[in-house]
Amino acid sequence: MRIKLLPAHPKFGFVNNRMVFFVFSALLVAASVGLFLTKGLSYGIDFTGGIMIEVKTPQPNQIGDMRAKLGKLELGAIELQEFGAPDDILIRIPAQVGGEKANQAAVNAVKVALGDGIEYRRTELVGPKVSDELFWNGMYAVISAILAILVYIWFRFEWQFGLGAVVALSHDVITTIGVFSLIQHEFNLATVAAVLTIAGYSINDTVVVFDRVRENLRKYKTKPMDELLNQSANETLSRTVMTSLTTLLALVALYFLGGEIIRDFAFAMIWGVLIGTYSSVCLAVPLLLHMGVQRRTIEEEAAEQQP
Amino acid sequence: MLKIETWKLAVVGILCALGFAFAAPNLLDSDTAAGLPDFLPKSQINLGLDLRGGSHLLLEVEVGVVVKERLESLVDSMRTELRKERIRYGGLGATASGVNVTIKDVAEAEKAYDIIRKLDTGYATELGDNGHITMNLTEQSLKERRVAAVEQSIEIVRRRVDPQGIKEPTITRQGDDRILLQVPGEDDPEQLKKLLGQTAKLTFHLLDEKGSLSDAMAGRVPPGSMLLPSVDEFGALGKPRMYLLKKRVAVSGDTLVSASLGFDQGNRPAVNFRLDGVGGKKFADITRQNLGKPFAIVLDGKVISAPTIQGIIPGGSGQITSGTFTTESAKELSLLLSAGALPAPLTVLEERSVGPGLGADSIAAGKTASVIGLVLVVIFMVIYYGRFGVFADVALLMNMVLIVALLSVFGATLTLPGIAGIVLTIGMAVDANVLIFERIREELTTGRGVMSAVDTGYKRAFGTIMDANITTLIAAALLFAFGSGPVQGFAVTLAFGIISSMFTAIWVTRIQVAMWLRRTRPATLKI
Repeated sequence: MRIKLLPAHPKFGFVNNRMVFFVFSALLVAASVGLFLTKGLSYGIDFTGGIMIEVKTPQPNQIGDMRAKLGKLELGAIELQEFGAPDDILIRIPAQVGGEKANQAAVNAVKVALGDGIEYRRTELVGPKVSDELFWNGMYAVISAILAILVYIWFRFEWQFGLGAVVALSHDVITTIGVFSLIQHEFNLATVAAVLTIAGYSINDTVVVFDRVRENLRKYKTKPMDELLNQSANETLSRTVMTSLTTLLALVALYFLGGEIIRDFAFAMIWGVLIGTYSSVCLAVPLLLHMGVQRRTIEEEAAEQQP
Repeated sequence: MLKIETWKLAVVGILCALGFAFAAPNLLDSDTAAGLPDFLPKSQINLGLDLRGGSHLLLEVEVGVVVKERLESLVDSMRTELRKERIRYGGLGATASGVNVTIKDVAEAEKAYDIIRKLDTGYATELGDNGHITMNLTEQSLKERRVAAVEQSIEIVRRRVDPQGIKEPTITRQGDDRILLQVPGEDDPEQLKKLLGQTAKLTFHLLDEKGSLSDAMAGRVPPGSMLLPSVDEFGALGKPRMYLLKKRVAVSGDTLVSASLGFDQGNRPAVNFRLDGVGGKKFADITRQNLGKPFAIVLDGKVISAPTIQGIIPGGSGQITSGTFTTESAKELSLLLSAGALPAPLTVLEERSVGPGLGADSIAAGKTASVIGLVLVVIFMVIYYGRFGVFADVALLMNMVLIVALLSVFGATLTLPGIAGIVLTIGMAVDANVLIFERIREELTTGRGVMSAVDTGYKRAFGTIMDANITTLIAAALLFAFGSGPVQGFAVTLAFGIISSMFTAIWVTRIQVAMWLRRTRPATLKI
């Protein structure tokens, strides 16, 4: 019952059709940036500061009742939302004016207003000092990850490869942010972790294809560059698709069964695997054509390695 | 390819066996595992607060208060010294990080400078023109103060939160002036904050009976005295009664060695305390010299009570009474007093607590997701690669065992994102095998023999596997460096998963493939 996902020798025109991909990706990136600038991200309390309380009520569908009770407290724009089950409610309260102490007071006020009989499943309170730091730490992490990967690829390959990889990588990161802006899912610490993992995953795919490009550059000394690049992408395509599929299988299980808290994280990863696979094959490889990868250097390097 | 050196077989075998041995305790419940004999591995995976329930508080030590107190005490001792030497001065006062004073008679400035300089060596003292003297805290001593304040706070926090030493709280220093407190099983952070909400600094002061209280209330507090409110006595308009006290600490609560719940003559709750030898002697001296005078007990800047000294109190034992004590609050105060005073107030910067119900649900959901994810990938690999898929699946299961073993051995904390990391690893772990198998397929199509194709496949795929995994490891390392708590848990499981998958995907499958090839010696190969 062996199945084949792809023809034995696929000959997709990744390089020939590169302009289609470039334009498509440019539009995606532009749309993402546009969304980010206009709609922005729905930042979680990790980054904005504030309060998040998850409660389980004794009876289902108490959300209206609770909203009425909490509305009287004048704590700003309180959001209530069903969280996975009708008796599970997530309450979001914006950061209070007056810093740490005011936040504490708000939590106590909520607990008093809601009364007894409620199970407090989770209470999170992030003060303004910490939320600022968490935000910047997240930024530093993403930026330094991209730089570190650039350096690593440069070191292992040539700078042209590094640049190609980083363009593809940035594309993945930016569009992921775009998707989060589009659907307005919460963007929190876990999402930053997902973005970083996407970066690692996407580069993993890219490296595998680049490896083959390098090998083929040594093997076929006269083949035109575009043909060579396309061949490399096709040769590694079955692996690329296979790995993406197994990872997606695991992530889909996580998305549906891993619980409410982890769902956004799983969602970001699923998107990341899809876009990362696409960008490795359809962006990173064709981009090499425009980066001016030099066959000569590769040969010299090969000669050095095998005296 | 067919021949794998015996020592390599042995190493792979031993590593796998160790994996099983160290993963095994996780199958037992925690009490059984703890009861295992010492020669057996018995450490289990450490569950994060988000999975087992508990509270996480990030506290900031307000070190500025410590510095301010130190500056004020310097001002006091400067005043005392200069008066003793009858040196006239003006403009004595504390700045942000130092103390200024101007000596009126420039001729005496040199002498004053010598006296002042010796008061505290943690300052850089400068003598300027016109008898102007500045003392500034040096960077070094400022830093020492800060470090000491945080270290001391950690110790006091531990004693307050866990007086019996049974709750296993994790209390660590974060950055310059922060403390991370994690208490498993405590899902009501209010309880914790109540314990940490006050510094509980206890001091005893004599009252300033010469100064006029009404003058002081009008803003003219005599130098060397201070105006403090009462905790429980209220005057007209509900304003607390004020006391005019001498600034000088007669006896400090630092010398307190124990405190416990007691009862006064009227059988009302009170706090009994005992001071150490030095404090006890001071207490006896003060009571002897000030018989019949009121003596104020001050806690965190508020007067608890100011009883009249009825007789000499020897031995350093005493009782604090207050009209508002309940059994509960007296007990709490005695706990705070015996734990010691915090050097500075603590501010809660971040608070996260998870109830046991949510934690249990998260574990259950995580388990389901992992098992289903694993089953899906296992089935898919068999469908796609047939016999080789089975080899890869064996390696994948071994990889799971190794991750569990690594997490147990290193005492790493498994968090909810950590479980996500494991599920992700399930998907990515087979990547190395996919790389190898695809390569073997390719080599077969170029017309190589079975043995040669398999051999080349493993060899050529190796470099690619390394490159691909190192980039993911870089991302994991950065996540660990910049992330906090749960995210770090994710980074750890991801990194462990990648490392162990390189081992299992390459070696565990290789041995299986070699054994199978040796047994059947196939002329053609279908992957």
